[in-house]
Amino acid sequence: MALAPLIAYAHVRKSFDNGHDAERVTAVDDVSLDIAAGEFLAIVGASGSGKSTLLRLANRLLAPDSGRILVEGGDVREVDPVRLRRRMGYVFQSGGLFPHMRVADNIAVTPRLLGWPAAEVAARVDELLELVRLDRSLHRDRLPHELSGGQQQRVGVARALAARPRIMLMDEPFGALDPLTRDNLGEEYRALHRRLALTTVMVTHDMTAALLLADRIAVMRAGRVVAQGQPAELSDNNEPYVAELLSTPRRQAERLNALLAGASAG
Amino acid sequence: MSFLSDPRWRDAAVHLPDYLGSHVQVSLAALALGLVISLPLAILARNHAVSRGILLGLASVVQTVPGLALLALFYPLLLAIASLTLRWFGFDFSAFGFLPAMLALALYSMLPVLRNTITGLNGIDPALLEAAQGVGMTPRQSLFTVELPLALPVIMAGIRTSAVWVIGTATLSTPIGQTSLGNYIFAGLQTQNWVLVLFGCVASALLALAVDQFLTLIERGLRERKRLHTMLGSVGIAVLVTATLIPSTARAPSTYVVGAKTFAEQYVLSALIEQRLQAAGLQASTREGLGSSVIFQALAANNIDVYVDYSGTLWVNQFHRTDKPPRERLLAELKEILAKQDITLLGALGFENAYALVMPRQRADALGIHSITDLAAHAPTLLIAGDYEFFSRPEWAALQKAYGLSFRTQRQMQPDFMYAAVASGDVDVIAGYTSEGRIKEYDLETLADPKHAIPPYDAVLLLAPRRAHDAALQEALKPLPERIDIATMREANLRASGSNANSSPAAVARWLWQRIGGQ
Repeated sequence: MALAPLIAYAHVRKSFDNGHDAERVTAVDDVSLDIAAGEFLAIVGASGSGKSTLLRLANRLLAPDSGRILVEGGDVREVDPVRLRRRMGYVFQSGGLFPHMRVADNIAVTPRLLGWPAAEVAARVDELLELVRLDRSLHRDRLPHELSGGQQQRVGVARALAARPRIMLMDEPFGALDPLTRDNLGEEYRALHRRLALTTVMVTHDMTAALLLADRIAVMRAGRVVAQGQPAELSDNNEPYVAELLSTPRRQAERLNALLAGASAG
Repeated sequence: MSFLSDPRWRDAAVHLPDYLGSHVQVSLAALALGLVISLPLAILARNHAVSRGILLGLASVVQTVPGLALLALFYPLLLAIASLTLRWFGFDFSAFGFLPAMLALALYSMLPVLRNTITGLNGIDPALLEAAQGVGMTPRQSLFTVELPLALPVIMAGIRTSAVWVIGTATLSTPIGQTSLGNYIFAGLQTQNWVLVLFGCVASALLALAVDQFLTLIERGLRERKRLHTMLGSVGIAVLVTATLIPSTARAPSTYVVGAKTFAEQYVLSALIEQRLQAAGLQASTREGLGSSVIFQALAANNIDVYVDYSGTLWVNQFHRTDKPPRERLLAELKEILAKQDITLLGALGFENAYALVMPRQRADALGIHSITDLAAHAPTLLIAGDYEFFSRPEWAALQKAYGLSFRTQRQMQPDFMYAAVASGDVDVIAGYTSEGRIKEYDLETLADPKHAIPPYDAVLLLAPRRAHDAALQEALKPLPERIDIATMREANLRASGSNANSSPAAVARWLWQRIGGQ
């Protein structure tokens, strides 16, 4: 691909105080990773592997200790972080909706921060409710706690999309949902990703979801990217940790196949 | 007569619009000022452990100062500041009444708001703070659109606590000249009018309770996101405030303010002056329960227009004189000194209310004590009681010095209770007032002062500087000087100390007026 990557990490390092002693905990350790325009990248790893930290570095919720992060060609340290965040969508684990704001106001947050005219904001809210398949009359004026978990996460996606970003950052977006809802939402989001020509970086610990949704997967362990590639490339990888991560979906797939084949045979 | 048909209830109710209105006014202003100061402070300090600690520490220290003391401290403080601004910038302001009360109460109101604002803001789910940042809010936008709205129920709880504290403590602002529901309590306590005390307590408790309920409603509405609750509570507060403030703003500002100190005789005399002014067709009201030093400063600053003080008190306490000229000469010289401050000494009423050491006649006879000289020998085995200010007044120092007095114990008491206490033997000697009616009633003896350690204490009418040339006022007060002798004043005080329907200061003042030949 000749195009410059839309997001590019180069030798990025980030460590934290661990609170009680002088030792610092390294969360991201010399990571270099490119994400191409239009790509759906999943970052997979166990909790504490540094995958969420890596995501937060992209929109300057965190600043790197060293290394460079380019977003749309610009170094994130050289742009106003607030503006940077307003042009990137961010979907938080279990919604992160503001509990005192109605659904419509939650969705309208970023457009309003950008100073869109009220009529345009209202039209955009309706458009987004339709896009994420929420009933306008039923949900527009509800408070978040009156919605189901799946509905809340649909609102979370709508809010992230509101200001028409090119880039979507998603932190365990469907992790807290029941399997059926998770599956539906995942598929719907993948369709939106294509339709709106988004570039998506999704952090997850669920290898199955990553394999099903993403174009490419980066596997993180102890702050490092230990493998990356398309699903087929990953299965050829001889890193034992990757094999371990792949074993569960493989086993599930084989078992399902066997069960379904048995059923049709019977 | 049944408890409820007692006419004193009606007397008390007459003052309710004024007292309640002033009470709400000063509480509201104090609360608003407290909020304006403590909210930004709490917001600024919330993320700095050190400044948070200092702020909450200071607010807690303020909280440990008794309300009455805090209020009392603001008066001299403001007085000093006012004299500085006069010297430096050519203007001063009234250190009396509203301003010191509001400032002290505002300070008093800060702790719950500070604590709850900090707690409320720090208790917000960090995920929501990150979400606010993530959608592109600046720290200020996050504070105003996410953090403060989410912390609001907790902040409201703090405001509610503050409001109840302030409304309760505002009853103590009477002695520094701020009219409040405390006027009932102070006046009732001084004149043993328990109906008044009860009325004041119930009124301020009901006010606090009503405000508490409405604020609770608002708080619940915010917490449970029920607009109706929030609206009902807000409407309730608005109605309450308007209803209590309208009568006090609509009321014609009374032209003449008559001051009174904190004991029954003063309440009677101020009522007498008020009645005389009203009889002459002048607008008048009383400002009662003022501290001894507050009241003179208030007159000098034109905050009150007229009151009765005692020559010896001014001589010794106000002008720090240690010489003791005879009665007439002291009066003449005092008049000159006061004139230099533009204060008019209109005349002496005709009686003295001096401090005197008093003990039961039987006991005095048994011990052979008839003068303070005799007393000095027995003093080390005796217990003396005085009013709240006596032991810190120069008169006490002069007595101790002249006679070498040293008592086993000294105790401060509500002046009204001293006479019964000495008559029953709970204390041995009291520093009483010579015009007190109960000296005769309890058969007490005032001990002679052969060394003249205590100066003469003629009751004198004083007029504020701005009334120096007020002919109408002086004409209205003309019948009073030289008309009240000691026996008459004693009887009036005895009447005022009773606790029946005819013992209200106004009733006694009417009696006194008839007694001295008024129509």
